[in-house]
Amino acid sequence: MLEIKNLTKTYDGKLILDHVNLTIKDDEILTIVGPSGAGKSTLLRCISGLEKIDGGTFLLNGEPFDPAETKQSEAVIGVVFQDFQLFPNFTVLQNVTLAPTTVLHVSAADANREARDLLDRLNLNGKEDLYPYELSGGQKQRVAIVRALAMHPQILCYDEPTSALDPDLRQEVAKIILGLKQDGMTQIVVTHDMDFASAVADKMLRVEPV
Amino acid sequence: MSYILQILPSLLSGAQMTLSIFFWTIIVAIPLGILVGLGQTSRFKPLTWLLNFYVWLMRGTPLLLQLIFVFYGLPLLGIVFPRYDAALIAFILNYAAYFAEIFRGGLQAIPVGQYESAKVLRLSYGQTLRKIIIPQVVKIVLPSIGNEVINLIKDSSLVYVIGLGDLLRAGNVATARDVTLVPLVLVAVMYLLLTAVCTGVLRLLERHYSNWR
Repeated sequence: MLEIKNLTKTYDGKLILDHVNLTIKDDEILTIVGPSGAGKSTLLRCISGLEKIDGGTFLLNGEPFDPAETKQSEAVIGVVFQDFQLFPNFTVLQNVTLAPTTVLHVSAADANREARDLLDRLNLNGKEDLYPYELSGGQKQRVAIVRALAMHPQILCYDEPTSALDPDLRQEVAKIILGLKQDGMTQIVVTHDMDFASAVADKMLRVEPV
Repeated sequence: MSYILQILPSLLSGAQMTLSIFFWTIIVAIPLGILVGLGQTSRFKPLTWLLNFYVWLMRGTPLLLQLIFVFYGLPLLGIVFPRYDAALIAFILNYAAYFAEIFRGGLQAIPVGQYESAKVLRLSYGQTLRKIIIPQVVKIVLPSIGNEVINLIKDSSLVYVIGLGDLLRAGNVATARDVTLVPLVLVAVMYLLLTAVCTGVLRLLERHYSNWR
């Protein structure tokens, strides 16, 4: 369970997030919705440790924790970026195994086996040796999801998972997210797509511009 | 033909000097250029100012002047280098500045998202640079680096000014002594061979990086 209390974030003196409170229970899907500029992405960036916060506390399973300062070995939060940000110089398999082998020091054989399992589960079998430029948008996103999952995060975050995809792929993404929920993954989805949000959400947080 | 064989040893020994300046400059100036390029993109302003000044100084004055300055100028301040060392210092400092600008451009071409996705995967900054950023930067900068490398082969002929015997000087001496164009033609052929080899190596490197985009 992740609790966020009184999260405050300013950018160049401008208040973006003003005392945001939220709780996300295990296995739950929280969607964060709201108009552009409301601070949805900023909130996600704070949770994933990409932005330093100006005030507030994070509690993970009751213990205080700082996403920006977590140690190398503690992969608490996984992130699937809007534009995926796969590493173009690595194959699909290498994209997935890079962090487990270099950060968690998993052996190459174990990392490869797990990566193949995960890739199979997201219908990416046969794509292991392709480079990111050879994949479609939907495939890239699934690789990004697998890459995040391979670090065994406690919470998986998505930034606008439908915005870079064809509209008819929205169902696919929803199916993947709901499938991961079945497996016990806690997920946070930032989106401006209300239909998509209500399709996957257990709980919805509306963010309004401050 | 016998004349060619007669002057070849002196040309080859000149070529040896050319190659040794070339290789040492490449080996030291490229890593140095990467470091300076990284420093130029750092958020620590005094460092970027200092490095920008260095690059401006090195690119803004003739390499010939820098050679003369290091070998003939610095001794006036009590700093004396042997000819060969002076040449290497001038070449390395000069070329590192050009390489730094190329690498700076390459580094700035990498989207911030690449650093961020590495960060959320908990890769350290060093691991991110080594495994993700540098390979992408190298692919981007290879053609520009290639240009500089080929320039370097030819620029190395400037060492004549501090009295070092390189390929061009060997040819020049032979031409002046024997009043014939043959040595200069041979020198041109040897430069062409050297640049052809460099071009080939660069093509191979580019091909090595062509399986991803």
